[in-house]
Amino acid sequence: MFGIIATIAAKDLRRRLKDGSLLLFGLALPVGLALLFSSLLGDGAQDGRDIRYLVVDSDGGELAAVFVDEVLAPLDEDGVITLGEESDADAARAAVDEREYDAAFVVPEGFTAAVMAGEDASIGVVGSADAAVQVQIAREIAESFATEADAARAAVASALDAGAAATPEELSERVQDAPVPVALAEVPTETWRQLDTATYHAAGMAYFFLFFVVMSSVTALLDERKGGTLARYLAAPVRRSSLLAGRALSATVVGVASLLVLALISSLVLGAQWGPLPGVLALTLSGVLAAVGITSAVAAFSTSSEQAGNRISVLAFGLGLLGGGLFPVAQLGAFSAVSLVTPHHWFLTGLAELSGGSGGAVPTSVLVLTGMAVAAGALAFSRAGRMLTP
Amino acid sequence: MEDVFVVEGVKKSYGDSTVVDGVGFRIRKGEIYGLLGPNGAGKTTTISIVMGILQADSGKVEISGMPHGPREMRTKALLGFVPQQNALYEDLTARENLRFFARLYGLSGSVARERIEEVLTAVGLADRADDLVSSYSGGMARRTAIAAGLLNRPQGLVLDEPTAGVDPQSRNAILEHVRALADSGVAVLYSTHYMEEAERICDRVGILDDGRIRAEGTRRELVDTLGERDRVVLELDGAAADAARALEELPGVHTAVATENGVELDCDRGAELAPRIVRALADRGLELRSLTIHEPDLEAVFLHITGKALRG
Repeated sequence: MFGIIATIAAKDLRRRLKDGSLLLFGLALPVGLALLFSSLLGDGAQDGRDIRYLVVDSDGGELAAVFVDEVLAPLDEDGVITLGEESDADAARAAVDEREYDAAFVVPEGFTAAVMAGEDASIGVVGSADAAVQVQIAREIAESFATEADAARAAVASALDAGAAATPEELSERVQDAPVPVALAEVPTETWRQLDTATYHAAGMAYFFLFFVVMSSVTALLDERKGGTLARYLAAPVRRSSLLAGRALSATVVGVASLLVLALISSLVLGAQWGPLPGVLALTLSGVLAAVGITSAVAAFSTSSEQAGNRISVLAFGLGLLGGGLFPVAQLGAFSAVSLVTPHHWFLTGLAELSGGSGGAVPTSVLVLTGMAVAAGALAFSRAGRMLTP
Repeated sequence: MEDVFVVEGVKKSYGDSTVVDGVGFRIRKGEIYGLLGPNGAGKTTTISIVMGILQADSGKVEISGMPHGPREMRTKALLGFVPQQNALYEDLTARENLRFFARLYGLSGSVARERIEEVLTAVGLADRADDLVSSYSGGMARRTAIAAGLLNRPQGLVLDEPTAGVDPQSRNAILEHVRALADSGVAVLYSTHYMEEAERICDRVGILDDGRIRAEGTRRELVDTLGERDRVVLELDGAAADAARALEELPGVHTAVATENGVELDCDRGAELAPRIVRALADRGLELRSLTIHEPDLEAVFLHITGKALRG
């Protein structure tokens, strides 16, 4: 039986490879648009909303003061950002979770001392799940501070190595006057980690166009009916379930291949970070199955491939919009909770967790996506009899 | 000789509409059985049931003595099918199409390659096998469709309107090939609404109308039921319906049916009736372009039995 399923899937794949739409929707459009959005937004440009940051100075030292007073405060004074202060990191994290702020900088206790002792030190950035651009800007502010500090520290070290005439007190003062080496660290919020801009756009576009990639394979059954080949299948000694399974397999293979190729290209070209391969594979497979299930259900309630194609296109656009595949859904305010019903949300959530290295929410995302696939697939299967009538 | 197809009392309805109403026939090994009927008579539904594509509401179908239906893979493997549409993938070559359909019948490797070459040669397409089907003429595509139906060397072959839309040369080739297949022992169910095809290649004919087999037999048996009757074909300049109504009132006219170009009559002694026909039309101001009297044939039988012209 699997031989027949594979035969049907292989024939579909051969036809899809000859079909330019696979290249268009599976590769050219997502990569092109991800490149476009990343180049437009990846430099920290804002999208016209207020940028609200919170800073937590748990250190109280000289270097933390440099970051707060000389980096963040001037931006606040110039009206570029709205800066709030909070004394407790947990409270800051809660404020970000509640969307009162887009991101929070957390300067931990002992930060200045650690830097002065030449030890590793870090400033945390807590990002809101729904403020991709604002969080990216926060990361870049912190990164910029770290870069300048590296340069200053290197200069001081060179001066010492060259035997510059200065007392230890003078050198210490010079180090404190300049930005110090800071390692940027992400701090997870209660909900999820935040994807960087390149990964967000690459993954968002890839999943958005996935629906168009699998659409042709799924609606092909309706074309088979119209073209008469369905009658040939049904007359052959082939179980009807094999026909459905073959279609689902080809759609899944095309979808998985498309996502993985996009992940590879976006990593190489855009510097996107999709995370560890096993997690990416699990998310990709469950995400593709959800897309295949949903598009199959739509096709099962359609009378022609044209009608199914139109419906799937509208649905794909709507889900992509609500699910954050096209832009961060924080802009929808409270309505953004609707994104929870979209596979896009769960795919991007899982990927954000992977990208952040924790992977905590990945099993949840995989389970939800698989659940969507099963539910939608069952709905489609319940209509199989009608679809398989020539 | 053994029966390959046995169809008994098959019925199929959709809602209140009965599409196939108690159809039955048997086809022996090496025999061509013509299923003759106009569009909408129930031919394609009957064929779909015979092929195991549709489940009949009642009745039975047996293939080579075994029960047959949509779930019977063993009997399906014994049948070849040429559907009404070509049912090919136009973006694949003929060879790729045939390779795929061969796999559906469990053929692979060298066996599949041999069968593909065999059927391509049989339909005269071996030299164009690697061209895309989309580049084929209608006749070539139809021959490819027939080739696909022969891949499994079927005991029974079902062809649904196999010559529809093909050029006369391809049509002749198809008819000769079907005859040759039957001569090699294949039982053939041949659906058509072309009377001359049925007369030319079918050993027996079943006349299907409104979902029922209205008459069945060899050409001779069917024509003999007409006795002295003739079929008169009139070509008119319009007003065919008016003419049909007027001519049906003439003594000796059993049926008058308006067709696309005029009127067809089922009548006694057409030659004697012709002057009256001309007069009746002239009296009504209808212009007659031509009048042809046909000796009894299947077309006349069909008109006589169903009261309809086959291509009205």
